[in-house]
Amino acid sequence: MPDILRWLLWRDVQLVLRQHADVLSMLFFFVITTSLFPLAVGADPKMLHTIGPGVVWVAALLSTMLSLGRLFHADYQDGSLEQLLLSPVPLTMAVAVKIFAYWLTTGLPLVFLAPVLGMMFGMADQELWVMTWSLLLGTPVLNLIGAVGAALTLGVRGGSVLLAVLILPLYVPVLIFGAGSVVAVAGGQSAQGGISLLAALLVLTVVFAPVAVAACLRIALE
Amino acid sequence: MIEASHLTCVRGSRRLFHALSFSLQPGELLHVQGPNGSGKTSLFRILAGLAVPHAGKVLWQGRPIADQREEYAAGMLYLGHQPAVKDALGVMENLQVSCRLGGIEATLASLKQALDAVGLSACARLPARVLSQGQRRRLALARLWLGERPLWLLDEPYTALDAKATQMLEQRIMQHQSAGGMVILTSHQAPGLPMRALELGQ
Repeated sequence: MPDILRWLLWRDVQLVLRQHADVLSMLFFFVITTSLFPLAVGADPKMLHTIGPGVVWVAALLSTMLSLGRLFHADYQDGSLEQLLLSPVPLTMAVAVKIFAYWLTTGLPLVFLAPVLGMMFGMADQELWVMTWSLLLGTPVLNLIGAVGAALTLGVRGGSVLLAVLILPLYVPVLIFGAGSVVAVAGGQSAQGGISLLAALLVLTVVFAPVAVAACLRIALE
Repeated sequence: MIEASHLTCVRGSRRLFHALSFSLQPGELLHVQGPNGSGKTSLFRILAGLAVPHAGKVLWQGRPIADQREEYAAGMLYLGHQPAVKDALGVMENLQVSCRLGGIEATLASLKQALDAVGLSACARLPARVLSQGQRRRLALARLWLGERPLWLLDEPYTALDAKATQMLEQRIMQHQSAGGMVILTSHQAPGLPMRALELGQ
């Protein structure tokens, strides 16, 4: 059984590496949207420092939304998803592996890029660290919640707009704790509260999201 | 053996079939026939366990398939309309991955043999996106040469195949039958093998 999951991980990562245009355009979107803010609100360092954490977090959140539709859609169209459902491994596990592969190829690059963008907003070392940590804990939560939405809207016409409407409200807590922890550090307080809550959200979604996704996929394919 | 008992399938407000019962013993072939829209694919999805029938159940070795999802998955091979071929992967990689994900541990030699059997050994290293429709279908069918699954559910396996490939598929089905395997398939062309027929949509 673990062998099947290993191959699934290998396949999904390979597919992204070989068709990297999707991921690159997502990362480009992330960089561009964050860079637009200084151009729009002016180059006042104090203001940029204030809005920095929020801007980076919102941009990261929107970037993960961009590619979410891709998570199951290709597999759904070419029949691979059917075969995955019929694979002799629990669908919940297979789904968890798919989401992990997706995070490795889309979420993790965002985490690495974020500190660079943070510098653009004049963030200090400690704030950069906290932002990286908050994104490291937060992006998998975004992907896990997003996967539920992607599975729910699978095969629905105009699914991408529906997906955004469904998922964005659920992203609110992640955004509040994520950006909040960075703001707290910038204001001289401890970031531990926000970071701990993000970790709690991660544990919660890791446990429940794959179960929900598996159930949605079974319905979508019926 | 596989047994369908009193299956009813409803799509929207239409009843596609009602109280459909049949069973298949090792070494038997079943040809599901019927006009377009008569519920052949729906029946296959129910038999594969992808869809739940409105009423009735499917038994595998005497037990409902819903209670033994993983055992059933290890004893059955379902090939649907889509060939489940990934464009970005190579032909050999596609076959290897689809076997592994299906839980079949195929050696490199046996993968080569399977590609050879479906006439794709010359393109083993090419990316799958250059394949034609018929070649994609052949690649999907190559799984029939790997891992002995007792039950095959083949939904329109002849689509896009040329005469030679059709013949090779029929030979493989005959081989499987003589080894005690079971095959359920649909096709609009009459198969060149003696098969029991099941007529839908009457």
